[in-house]
Amino acid sequence: MSALYILIGISILVALGFLSAFLWAMRKGQYEDDYTPSVRMLFEDAAEPLESTKK
Amino acid sequence: MTTVMSRTNPGHDFPTAHLFTLQGFRKPGSLTDCRNMEQETCYHCGESCRKQRIDWDGKYFCCDGCKTVYELLKDHELCTYYDFQAMPGISPGENTYSGKYDYLDHDTIGDQLTRFADEKHRHVVFFIPKIHCSSCIWLLENLHRLNPGILQSSVNFIRKETSVIFDPQTVKLSEVAQLLAHVGYEPLISLEQAEKKERRVFNTEVLKIGVAGFCFGNIMMLSFPDYFSVGNFFGEENLGLFFGMLNLALALPVFLYAASGFFKSAWKSIRHRYLNIDAPIALAILVTFLRSVYEIVSQSGTGYLDSMTGIVFFMLIGRYFQNKTYDTLSFERDYKSYFPLGVTVQASDGTTSGQPVSQLKKGDLILIRNQELIPADAILRSAQTHIDYSFITGESEPVKKQVGEHIYAGGRQLEGAILLEVTQPVSQSYLTQLWNGDTPKEGPKNNRLVASINNWFTAAVLVIALGSAAFWLVVDNTKALNALTAVLIVACPCGLLLTTTFAHGTILRIFGRRKFYLKNAAVIDQLAHIDTIIFDKTGTITQGSEVHFEGAPMTPQHYQLAASLAAQSSHPLSRAIHRQYADGNELAVAGFEEHRGLGIKGMVAGKYVMLGSARFIAGSTPTASATTVFLSIDGEIPGFFSFSAAYRSGLPALIQNLSRRYQLKLLSGDNNADRPKLQQFFGKGTELLFDQQPDQKMGFIRQLRKKGNTVLMIGDGLNDAGALRESDVGIAVSDDTNTFSPACDAILDGRALHRLPDFIRLAKAVKKVIVVTFALSLSYNLIGLYFAVQGTLSPIIAAILMPASSISIILLTTISTSVIAGRTQHDKDQFLS
Repeated sequence: MSALYILIGISILVALGFLSAFLWAMRKGQYEDDYTPSVRMLFEDAAEPLESTKK
Repeated sequence: MTTVMSRTNPGHDFPTAHLFTLQGFRKPGSLTDCRNMEQETCYHCGESCRKQRIDWDGKYFCCDGCKTVYELLKDHELCTYYDFQAMPGISPGENTYSGKYDYLDHDTIGDQLTRFADEKHRHVVFFIPKIHCSSCIWLLENLHRLNPGILQSSVNFIRKETSVIFDPQTVKLSEVAQLLAHVGYEPLISLEQAEKKERRVFNTEVLKIGVAGFCFGNIMMLSFPDYFSVGNFFGEENLGLFFGMLNLALALPVFLYAASGFFKSAWKSIRHRYLNIDAPIALAILVTFLRSVYEIVSQSGTGYLDSMTGIVFFMLIGRYFQNKTYDTLSFERDYKSYFPLGVTVQASDGTTSGQPVSQLKKGDLILIRNQELIPADAILRSAQTHIDYSFITGESEPVKKQVGEHIYAGGRQLEGAILLEVTQPVSQSYLTQLWNGDTPKEGPKNNRLVASINNWFTAAVLVIALGSAAFWLVVDNTKALNALTAVLIVACPCGLLLTTTFAHGTILRIFGRRKFYLKNAAVIDQLAHIDTIIFDKTGTITQGSEVHFEGAPMTPQHYQLAASLAAQSSHPLSRAIHRQYADGNELAVAGFEEHRGLGIKGMVAGKYVMLGSARFIAGSTPTASATTVFLSIDGEIPGFFSFSAAYRSGLPALIQNLSRRYQLKLLSGDNNADRPKLQQFFGKGTELLFDQQPDQKMGFIRQLRKKGNTVLMIGDGLNDAGALRESDVGIAVSDDTNTFSPACDAILDGRALHRLPDFIRLAKAVKKVIVVTFALSLSYNLIGLYFAVQGTLSPIIAAILMPASSISIILLTTISTSVIAGRTQHDKDQFLS
């Protein structure tokens, strides 16, 4: 049963990792526009695709 | 028809049956429609090439502007633009002259558009309301191929914004704006836009929901062993403590951060000595948390942290759902966003340059082109002209101005270009004085229904809590605190918050889909309480003007002659005639003459045609008071054209419907020429006031409110701004939501005006939905209370009750609101896209 301590501990850490990924994505402004990327990915550019600008 | 013919005359009537079929489908009498079936449409913008057709590169274009854009795209190999959507282009229009954006190079304004700048990069954001499809996105993100100085650009479709990063040493800001306008995507730059510094900060509401959801899910998962008492089963008591501590650690961010909004709001209301809905909620959260902390630390239980975090999560979602905002609309606009930022100034040597409007001084000469706004009070220095003041004063007819006459700011120039000498800088013009005199709008009253339920509920809860505590103090001392806290935990009016937020959120979205955009949820409640409705006339219940011909019967050829002649003139009346009667086959006019203020004449297809005032045509002074334009063909006068305001379709029915339940009035800035017609619409005895100045409108509404009426004002122009602010609910009617509408509580698309009775009825129905679903949520509370007063509220019961009640309330509210809304919409208008 002591294995449970370690397992729970690790799973909490993993979950926190996901939470921080969410926070990071929000700060980067990835949720500000949820429509345009869906259209953008259908474009075929001769040049390389442009990344969204820094906010 | 065809079948009848073929049955009675089989075999003989094939050609005639064909003719009957045609006539069955086409408008009677217009055989030309058969020809127009294969009308060409512009390859670029999709408009019909009726008026003008340009052939280029094997394709048709409706105007030079469209053809130019196509050429530009083709030269830069950007014709993929046309692959995503057929005819995606926007005709650049005649307003894009060079130098239009020169004022952007002046630092102050350019800076306000700039997000970031260094020597090699400048990052600006343009608002481009014309973005409407995927082709637009593609082209705007490939701007770097049109101008190498532009490094990259990206579009935010929802907000209709384009971010452009360019090299300021290679290309100027004005050139970037010019390029955008050149390809049809004209940026909208206004004073208000320029001042809106606040960048949308990273959304804390969503963050709180994320944190609360994360913690809620994990706490619930970690509580499972406790529900089934696994920790004790294995004999490892430390495990139970371990889980408890983890739960506590996870609950802390929720308590301190996610739920902070509730505590702040409750504290604010307590300081003002009243209880809003957040106060009992904050109390419940606090009690739950404290009791759980006590239980975990003393190892006497596992607490109710899962219920607490869960309820915070659901309520935050509700609040977020209710605060629906529209990214491209603004409900706070004042005169600053009405005026353009730049104007063409003519120097003493005749050269023109673009200058910021804010830098205009007395004595400056400005050049105002067709359809442009006059930014400052000025004197007319060039030839006489007509100015459209309908947005400022409500006058439906253009005002004629002579040379040397004073012209107020805010009007729209209607004929060609004029030269004006500025008399007052923008900040001191009549219009700005008008705005500065306004008192700010008083905030919305609290939702009365919610407040009353809340008060009643809180009182009941306190009674039950104290009652059960007192009971247990007497009977069994140990259970008193248990029961007291349990009651406070269970009896949270969270259900009330959930029903109101989800009902309001659903209604806001339903209204938005039906082209009625509300500023916030508080407007719904106010809308349900009105008893008086005040209409403005010009632009609100009217839309444009109609032309009628009175006199001898006219043939299509006569109309064609009139329209062909009218096409040559830019006078607003000529343009109206042309718009109404042109069919694309205008004839050539020889010897065209325009006599300002009198009329026009010329030779059309060999006939001598004249259009003008009675004095021009026949030398007599007119007796008719309404605007009339007489027509004369080869010396004969068949009759005259008269112009009247075109009332929106569905208006009579709308007014009849509303007059049954509400007191109606009309306040117009226009003259009373239409009084008989309007009296007919509104019914005898309805008060109709004309020639109203903006402050008169405001004063009228103030009087009504003092008498105790709850007033809804429906207007559209700047002259309604004060009235809209003064009324309990102000609705601005708009035919193009991208253009300016004054500060208001709601924006209504002109095409949806006839639905107003339905909207009001829906707002009232929402109250019933809230009451019913709240009553349902009470049943959950009662079940919980049954356990709470006995002191036997176990965490698992709370953990079941909370999500069950929340989710069922949310579903019930949303579904019943949608059902009620569906029932009140009887028509599906084809002309609403």
